[in-house]
Amino acid sequence: MSEYSRRDLLRNVALAVAGAEAIDAQQAQHVHEMAAQSKDAKSGRYQPKALSVHQYATLERLTDLIIPPEGKSPGALVAGAAAWIDMLASENERLAAIYTGGLTWLDHAMLDRSGKNFVDASPAGQTALLDLIAYRKNDSPELGPGVSFFDWARRMTVDAFYTSKIGIEDIDYRGNTAMAKYEVPVEAIQYALKRSG
Amino acid sequence: MPQVGRSSPVYDVVVIGSGAGGGTVTKVLADLGVSVLLMEAGPMFNPAKDIKEHQWPYNVPHRGVGPKGDGYFGRSGFTWNATFGGAQLEGEPYTVAPGSQFSWFRSRILGGRTNHYGRFSLRFADYDFKPRSRDGLGWDWPISYEDVSPYYDKAEAFIGVVGTKEGIRSAPDGVFQTPAAPKVHDILIKNACTKLGIPCIPMRSAIITKATNGRPACHYCGQCGRACMTASNYASSYVQIFPAMKTGRVKVITNAMARELLTDDAGKVRAVSYVDKNTRVEQQVRCRTVVLAASACESARLLLNSKSARHSNGLANSSGVVGRYLTDTVGSGLSGHIPALEGLPHYNSDGYGTHMYVPWWLWEKQKDIGFPRGYHVELGGGFGMPQIGSFQAVTQRREGYGLGLKKAIRDEYGTNVSFSGRGEMIPNEKSFCEIDPEVKDRWGIPVLRFHWEWSEHELKQAQHQVRTFAEIIQAMGGTTTGGRRGGNAAPGAPGTQVISRGGAIIHEIGVTRMGDDPNTSVLNKYSQAHDVKNLFVADGGPFVSNPDKNPTLTIIALAWRTAEYLAEEMRKGNV
Repeated sequence: MSEYSRRDLLRNVALAVAGAEAIDAQQAQHVHEMAAQSKDAKSGRYQPKALSVHQYATLERLTDLIIPPEGKSPGALVAGAAAWIDMLASENERLAAIYTGGLTWLDHAMLDRSGKNFVDASPAGQTALLDLIAYRKNDSPELGPGVSFFDWARRMTVDAFYTSKIGIEDIDYRGNTAMAKYEVPVEAIQYALKRSG
Repeated sequence: MPQVGRSSPVYDVVVIGSGAGGGTVTKVLADLGVSVLLMEAGPMFNPAKDIKEHQWPYNVPHRGVGPKGDGYFGRSGFTWNATFGGAQLEGEPYTVAPGSQFSWFRSRILGGRTNHYGRFSLRFADYDFKPRSRDGLGWDWPISYEDVSPYYDKAEAFIGVVGTKEGIRSAPDGVFQTPAAPKVHDILIKNACTKLGIPCIPMRSAIITKATNGRPACHYCGQCGRACMTASNYASSYVQIFPAMKTGRVKVITNAMARELLTDDAGKVRAVSYVDKNTRVEQQVRCRTVVLAASACESARLLLNSKSARHSNGLANSSGVVGRYLTDTVGSGLSGHIPALEGLPHYNSDGYGTHMYVPWWLWEKQKDIGFPRGYHVELGGGFGMPQIGSFQAVTQRREGYGLGLKKAIRDEYGTNVSFSGRGEMIPNEKSFCEIDPEVKDRWGIPVLRFHWEWSEHELKQAQHQVRTFAEIIQAMGGTTTGGRRGGNAAPGAPGTQVISRGGAIIHEIGVTRMGDDPNTSVLNKYSQAHDVKNLFVADGGPFVSNPDKNPTLTIIALAWRTAEYLAEEMRKGNV
C-alpha cells in the first residue's frame, strides 16, 4: 500500500478525532480495497516444507478429489489447499504426524488393493478407496486410521477451499463491501415468504 | 518502593482502565475542564495497525485458524477482533477453586473490550433496578430507572444507538437513530414469533446510520467485531478517548499495570503505584482522586491488594463485600435449518450483524413459568463471510466428498438461523472472587481465585431459553441442529448441559456493588467508596444486579453520572 493510501485510511479512522465530514460509499469502498490488497498473499510455486515431494503430490490429488473443479470453477488443487495444509503442518508436529501418517496409510491401502501408490492409481481406484473412508459407518480396525485421517483432510480442505478467493467466489458470498444504504432485495424476501407458506 | 519526588505532578483524577467506563469518565471530565491521567495496562490502540476490518481470510497466511493451526486444537491464538486479550494472558494467570468453572476474559489495549464487543445497547427496565422488591431475591439498587434515564439519554445521543420506539416495559425506548432493514431470516423469525406471541423488534446497537459528531455513517460490512475504520460504531478508544486527548487535558499512560492504591494518614488515596511493562520499573503517580475502571474483577483485585495497617482487609472493604456477588450472563444457543431459505437468491446480508432481537416478554408471568427473571434472544443467520469452520457442520452431517459434498455445502449456505439466549443471573453467596494466597502474576501481583456456582434459577432459565428457540425453529418449519454446551444445545437437555460456563459470556458484573448501607455495600449510589471519599468505581463492579441487558450501555450511563458527580464534588472541595 502506498503511503498516500495509508494516510487516507488513517484519516478515515481518525475521523472521530478530526471531526471531518461523512465519507461517501465510493470512498468507503476504496478503504476496503486498500485494506484487502495490502495483505494479498504472494503468488508463486509452493515448495512443501513438512511433506516430501511424493506426499505433497498425494495430498494435492486428495484435496482435489475432496473439492473437485466444476465447470469454470477450479477445485481445491488450484485454490492452494495442499500448500496451506503443508504450511500449517510445518509449524505443528501433531498436524505433521496426522498428514505424514495418513498419506502413508493411503499409499499402503492402495498398494494392497492395486499394487500402486495412491497418486499413481487409476481415478476409479482412488475413489473406490475414498468411498470407504469418507464415512464414519465404515470405521473398523482395518479402515479406522483411514477414516480418521480422511476426516482431517476433508475438514481442512473444505476450510482451505472456502477461505480462498476461488472458494469465496464459488459459494457466491456477496459481502465485505461498503454500502451507502443497507437494502435487502425484495425478490429475496418474497421468495422466502412464499416458501414459508 | 520508589520515592515520588515533591516536584512530580498531582493529577486531579487518575482513571485506571480505558474501556466503556474509563473512556466515558475521561471524556466527561475532560469536557468539564478536569485534568485526567488515564492508565491502560495494554498498548495504545493503533487503528491503522490493529483493525483487521475488510480483510479476507486469505489475507492472512493461516486463513484465520491461527498460527500452527491452533484453532484446530482448541487453542485460541488468533482473532480478527480488535481486542488484545482473552481468557489466557501470558504471565497473567488467575486460579479457579476446586469444583468451580470460570473463565476470565481480559483485554489489554486502549479501549479494552469496547474495540470488539457486540455493540448491543439495551437499557435496563424500571423493574431491573428493584429486583428484590419484585420477587424477594437478590438486592435492590439504591437508585432507580429515573436516576439513570437522563444518562442513558446522554449516552445514546453521544455514542449513537439504532433502535425503534416500541413501548415494551422490559425494553425501555431511548434516543435512537434509524436502524437498518431486517434481513430475510429476520423476517421469517419475526413471523414465527408473532404466531407464538413473542415480540421481535429491531436490535438496539451502538451503530450510527447517520453522520454523528464527525463520525460517518455505517457502511454495513458486518465486521463490527474488528472495530471500525470509519468509527461508525462505539468503541471508547476512537469515540471518547482520542477526542478527549485533543482537549489537552488528558494524558494517557499505556502498558501500565496498576499494582496498588497508596493511602495517606487520613485514609484517602494519594497515589497509584504501577508497573511500567516496557521497563519493568515500578512507578507512582499522585492524584487528588482515583477512578477504578479496570473491569469489575480487576478493580476488585486492585482494592483487595491495596492492604495497609488501616485497611487490613483491602481498601474500601470494611464491609467485606469486595469480590462478592460476582455474576455473569446466563447463555445458551441453538441453530436450526430452515427449508424455506433453501435456494434463496444470494444477497449481501452483512449489515451490522444482528438486526433484530427478542426482548423479554414474560415479565408478568414469572410465577407461571417456574423461574424468576428473564432473558433476551439475539438472532443470527444470512450469507456470512466464509471462515474457518463455516461448513464443518454440514460436512460432518453429509460426509462423503466430491461434487456431492460441494453441492451440499452450496445448498446449505444461508439456510441456517441461530439463536443466542442472554439472561439474568441472580447474585449468590457461592460466586465470588478473592486473592489467591499463593499465586502471583509476572509482576509479582497476587492474582484472583474464582468460585462459581449457577443456582437452580439460572439452570431452569437456560432450559426455557433452548425450548423457546426450538419452538421458534419449529414454527418456521425448520429442524434444530447441533449440540454444544453454551452454544448449541439439545432442546430438553438438563440446564447443566445447556448453560454457558461462568464467565463465558464476558459480562462479569458486581464485586464492588453500590448500596445505601456501608455494612453491605462497597460504594454509595454515585459509585463513590463508602470508606474512601476520593475513590470511585466506573466499570461493571458497582452493579447490584445483572439483568438480561448487556451491561455496556449501563456502564457508560453510570460512569457518566459518576464523572459529573465527581467533578461537582471536586468543585465544592469535598474530595
